[in-house]
Amino acid sequence: MAIAISVNGKEHALDVEPEMPLLWALRETLGLTGTKFGCGISACGACTVLLDGRAVRSCTLPSSAANGKHVTTIEGLAQDGALHKVQRAWIAHQVPQCGYCQSGVIMAVAGLLAQIPKPTDDEIDAGITNICRCGTFARMRTAIHDAADSVGVAS
Amino acid sequence: MKSGKLKKWSRRAFIGAGTVAGGGFLLGVAGFTFAPSRYSLVSADAAEKGQLTTWITITPDNFITILIPHCEMGQGTPTALAMMAAEELEADWSLVRVQEAPALDAYANGYIVRAAGGNYVPAVMARGVDYGAYKLAEWFGFQVTGGSTAVRSTGEYGMRVAGAAAKEMLVAAAAKQWGVSASECTAKSSRVTHATSGRSATFGELARAAATQPVPTSPALKNPDSFTIRRTSPTRLDIPSKVDGSAKYAIDFTTPGMSMLYAAIEMAPAHGGTLVSVDTTPADAMPGVKKVVKLEEAVAVVADSFWRARRALASLKPEFSDAGHGDVSTASIFAAFDKALGAPPDVPKNAAKVVTADYRAPFLAHATMSPMVCTAKVEGDRAEVWTGVQDPLNARSVAAKALGIPAANVHVTNFLLGGGFGRGLPFNFDYVDLGVRVAKAMSPAPVKTIWSRENDIQHDYYRGAALSRHAGALDADGRPLAAHSNYTGGGNGEAVFMPYAIAAKNAKEKKAVHPIRLGQWRSVLNSQHGFFKESFIDEMAHAAGTDPFEFRRGLLGDQPRFKAALEKAAAMSNWGTPLPPGEGRGIAICESFGTIAAEVAHVAVSPEGRLKVLHVYAAVDCGDVINMDSATAQVEGGIIFALSAALLSEITIKAGRVVEKNFRDYPMIHIADAPKVTTAFIRSDAPLGGLGEPCVPPLAPAVVNAIHAAVGIRVRELPIKNTSLKKT
Ligand code: FES
Ligand code: FES
Repeated sequence: MAIAISVNGKEHALDVEPEMPLLWALRETLGLTGTKFGCGISACGACTVLLDGRAVRSCTLPSSAANGKHVTTIEGLAQDGALHKVQRAWIAHQVPQCGYCQSGVIMAVAGLLAQIPKPTDDEIDAGITNICRCGTFARMRTAIHDAADSVGVAS
Repeated sequence: MKSGKLKKWSRRAFIGAGTVAGGGFLLGVAGFTFAPSRYSLVSADAAEKGQLTTWITITPDNFITILIPHCEMGQGTPTALAMMAAEELEADWSLVRVQEAPALDAYANGYIVRAAGGNYVPAVMARGVDYGAYKLAEWFGFQVTGGSTAVRSTGEYGMRVAGAAAKEMLVAAAAKQWGVSASECTAKSSRVTHATSGRSATFGELARAAATQPVPTSPALKNPDSFTIRRTSPTRLDIPSKVDGSAKYAIDFTTPGMSMLYAAIEMAPAHGGTLVSVDTTPADAMPGVKKVVKLEEAVAVVADSFWRARRALASLKPEFSDAGHGDVSTASIFAAFDKALGAPPDVPKNAAKVVTADYRAPFLAHATMSPMVCTAKVEGDRAEVWTGVQDPLNARSVAAKALGIPAANVHVTNFLLGGGFGRGLPFNFDYVDLGVRVAKAMSPAPVKTIWSRENDIQHDYYRGAALSRHAGALDADGRPLAAHSNYTGGGNGEAVFMPYAIAAKNAKEKKAVHPIRLGQWRSVLNSQHGFFKESFIDEMAHAAGTDPFEFRRGLLGDQPRFKAALEKAAAMSNWGTPLPPGEGRGIAICESFGTIAAEVAHVAVSPEGRLKVLHVYAAVDCGDVINMDSATAQVEGGIIFALSAALLSEITIKAGRVVEKNFRDYPMIHIADAPKVTTAFIRSDAPLGGLGEPCVPPLAPAVVNAIHAAVGIRVRELPIKNTSLKKT
């Protein structure tokens, strides 16, 4: 049976095995390659997307778990052509280096700010456990605080 | 590596100009004519003939496009290189666009590296010369991004000259049009102006005419004091695409209009091992599976999705030979190191105090954020390859060799790299080699072979493990008489170099071979030797009863660049001011790739022995800085990369194979563990040094030296997690 999900506001009937991780359904079935594969075991966060607004690691999430839910990927974070405040802060602070981890980090931060609009440093430490091999952590932290302080279009 | 005179070379030999469709202007540097007797300015159709490294194009719409012969791996290299050209060109930075040059002979950047002088080419690059399958390679056919050379060679000797030449041609075209002397015209912000008559024209308007101007033989370069683009922080050109998901890495490529296949692979766990047997039946029957491909050293499952391929692969129980390495382990390798080192080096008999120490560094994996990926389509004697490498030209010859076809028949498209760190350097292209062989078995279908993280961690070209045995001597006044070392695991003059004025300092390599596959890891051999030599000098300082900063400083009298960097880092960190109990500062300084980096780590160790690195201060002398902000990001990134390794990383070997598999047993630090980093650049008159790597080597010794200052425990083995920091 097809899996009914809404991805970035668009309805899809996914004809994949229920246990196929959402990551691969997004990337290979729907062609949304902004969500990245880094480890496949929920250890790095490169595959983070929002599931009904909450950050989840899609590499271990069966597609069936997204049935009837709303998925937001990095491609759907901007609203009406306006970048999300996390994306804007990321540009302002020139966070990405290679960039490979950043879709996942940005989604994780968007999820964190939806839960905790103004996180403390400790809350950031607890909430953001993504790996960035390029070591952009200091800039991420500044950008998170900056995004939290900004009056954002999208939240 | 000492700064030396750069070899003379003819600017003229490398410059050519022509027009592009629509009346644009094209200026580039030719890569073929090296011998002075054979140089000639290339003709206007050189671009069509592929004889030009077309670096600068100006189109009538006034946009400037700069083609960059280096890959973007996250260091902002293309932006920095474009800045160097735009500076000399007097361009309006907002009108500059950047493209990565395709993998063609004409874009080989090897000749630029060579022009910069033999002794200035890091070992990595020298090795990069490819004796492979195609003609130019014999001389200088590589297009590598590594060894921190991009800005130092291509930028300094290619981009600047090209920019300056283009400007002179634009000015000459304007002067001719207006019937005035070129010397009365000025270029600024992509516009040429004749002040006296008030006339001006944009570069775009002048492009067509400029293209017909003679190419200047020796364009004048700007005085650094008048730089307006360099030393600023324009935003990096690649960043917008990296926050909206549109940036394309090799894993993101799909063949347009063709349905693609995916492959998952399992390789012989011991390097050099081969596939003995595999019963393919369980996989054959699984959904989506097209074929199980048996290769000499691996088995691949090809399916219509990567996940299906992986699931089917997991059902197989392939048997591999261990290549006779079944009893190789970390313990056996270090035992061989220990034996090769023998007794500590001799020190002078008249020493008042002798200091000895062994230091140990583990194997390390690169673990680039993006796993290795290669998509290939093989049809007869032709192949298309889509991948991410630090050297597309070498990747092309690897593919050609694997397929037994001429390199000219292979087309490589290179994608953004999800981190390089040396994994994507020439001679490390096993993923291309494997990928094209899998695709050949499925010809003519395009196949994307994606390495799992497990493949990546277990089949890397590792940073070598090493053991180093040191002996030093102090006189009765605490002055050092000797600091010697014997080491295993490789080294070179740059890595073992100690800048200190110590009468006797010999570093000798002792050979102990092992079968673990090695490669270049960010900062190469400096990564181990920085830890060894800067830990040992710290131990000597303590033995002498002198503050470790003052001890080093006192030995740097004839090394002004080192001394300045050391003093700067110490001052930034408030060296010498009191700290709470359990906290300490450690200092270290290393030169690599022409750059001197001094770092101070400020750490706290809890009574339970938990370590937290609070702050790292870096004073960096890389000559001069192109893009201040992305240079700072490189320092920050290098420090975090080095810290993850220093604290946590270790590849261990058992039965000839790598034990670690993924980020759970090869963990990385998170944002919670990341210290504050404060960076200062020192502008010296030294030639431009690298930035991607030089901040790695001093980090580990700065941290272990700080731990010693904090709790008196001397860590002599990396990663630090293997030593208990609980005070007893
Ligand atoms: S790929 Fe999902 S957490 Fe790493
Ligand atoms: S930016 Fe490269 S891994 Fe984070």
